Amino acid sequence: MSHLETMRRRMTIARVGRVLALAVGLGGASLLAGATAMPTPSVRIADFRFQPSEFTVERGSTVVWVNQDDEIHAIVAADGSFSSPGLDTDGEFAHEFDAPGSYEYRCALHPQMKGTIVVR
Amino acid sequence: MRNTTNGERNLETSRRGFLECMAWAGTGLVWTLSGGILTSRVFAEPASGARAAAGDLHFVQISDTHIGFNKAVNPDPVATAREAIRRVNALVDRPAFMLHTGDLSHTQKAAEFDILAGLLQEANVGAVFTVPGEHDVFEDDGKEYLARFGRGTLGAGWRSFDVQGAHFVGLINVLSFKSGGLGRLGAEQLEWLRKDLEGLSASTPVVVFAHIPLWAVYPEWGWVTEDAQQALAHLRRFGSVTVLNGHIHQVLQKVEGSITFHTAFSTAYPQPAPGTAPGPGPLRVPADQLRGYLGLREVTWRGGSNPLAVVDSRLG
Repeated sequence: MSHLETMRRRMTIARVGRVLALAVGLGGASLLAGATAMPTPSVRIADFRFQPSEFTVERGSTVVWVNQDDEIHAIVAADGSFSSPGLDTDGEFAHEFDAPGSYEYRCALHPQMKGTIVVR
Repeated sequence: MRNTTNGERNLETSRRGFLECMAWAGTGLVWTLSGGILTSRVFAEPASGARAAAGDLHFVQISDTHIGFNKAVNPDPVATAREAIRRVNALVDRPAFMLHTGDLSHTQKAAEFDILAGLLQEANVGAVFTVPGEHDVFEDDGKEYLARFGRGTLGAGWRSFDVQGAHFVGLINVLSFKSGGLGRLGAEQLEWLRKDLEGLSASTPVVVFAHIPLWAVYPEWGWVTEDAQQALAHLRRFGSVTVLNGHIHQVLQKVEGSITFHTAFSTAYPQPAPGTAPGPGPLRVPADQLRGYLGLREVTWRGGSNPLAVVDSRLG
């Protein structure tokens, strides 16, 4: 993971934390439910598939991948623009997409696993 | 049992070792190729080839040790790898060498390689030759692996050597995952292979070892080497070619003319049979049955036109 991506990942986690803290602080269950539905766009990695395999986000969004398999996975962009270290079970990786486009990626360990992030 | 420091054993130790060997090998099969037809027999049945004799070439293969794996199916892959090496050390005949067909580590961390290197040193064998699996190279394209295990190799880590008249080739097919997406040997390695083989007599037995199978076991799970056919084209003129692979954590065989393919057990955890699960993740088996899914392999060659005898044995 690049230093920049490490920073982004930390920022993303901090941002989610703040949103949750705010919701809990305001004390409403409905607000909490709203907070968990807040856009931290995420792609599950389960059963050796990216779910969903095609995912559309707005420009400037940070996408988080979460590995739910018992095997490690690693994300690598087809154009080399981003890549993750190995993600063990429950491991996460975040990447911010600043430019519109279609970004194809695969697992560096299981190349049959493919996905696309579409940035509008 | 342990061996004396110079690797020699006394007769009593060897006899005991032989009995142990026969006990644990009860479920093993010997596969032989005769006239293009693969036949098998239970290892315990009397037949020639079960024991190495003076002048035989005898070596072992372990695979997919995945040091660093820590999931419930096997929280201690160091222990099971060590059991496999103890089996090797208990063999009556000291193997000329040991092959490790990749995925030494699970996440290619330096500490995992350190542990594996220590385990390999416990093996009472003449030498150890390794090829990497994708778990050993996916983050750094193999730099750490090659720095530790690449001595004596060429290119990205491939190699060949001759032992007692047989020619051995170690190939690398895990370095293209990021760019190409499938197991691949690549043009440079294929050209090296062509040149490496061209001076050999067709009667020379050839043994090829690589991590990912060189036949399309199950492409949907990435169990395939995209350009394997180009390598096999260079091998078809030989009368006896044995291909030893890992990667799929189970024993499968296939015969194609004079070429026999064998995938190997892992010492760490099993994977499902092709297509029997949503994906090729670790197969969850009861703890008391795990060792029945793990194992190692012995190969013996009597020389001349005899086939290589390949024996797969389970840890439990």
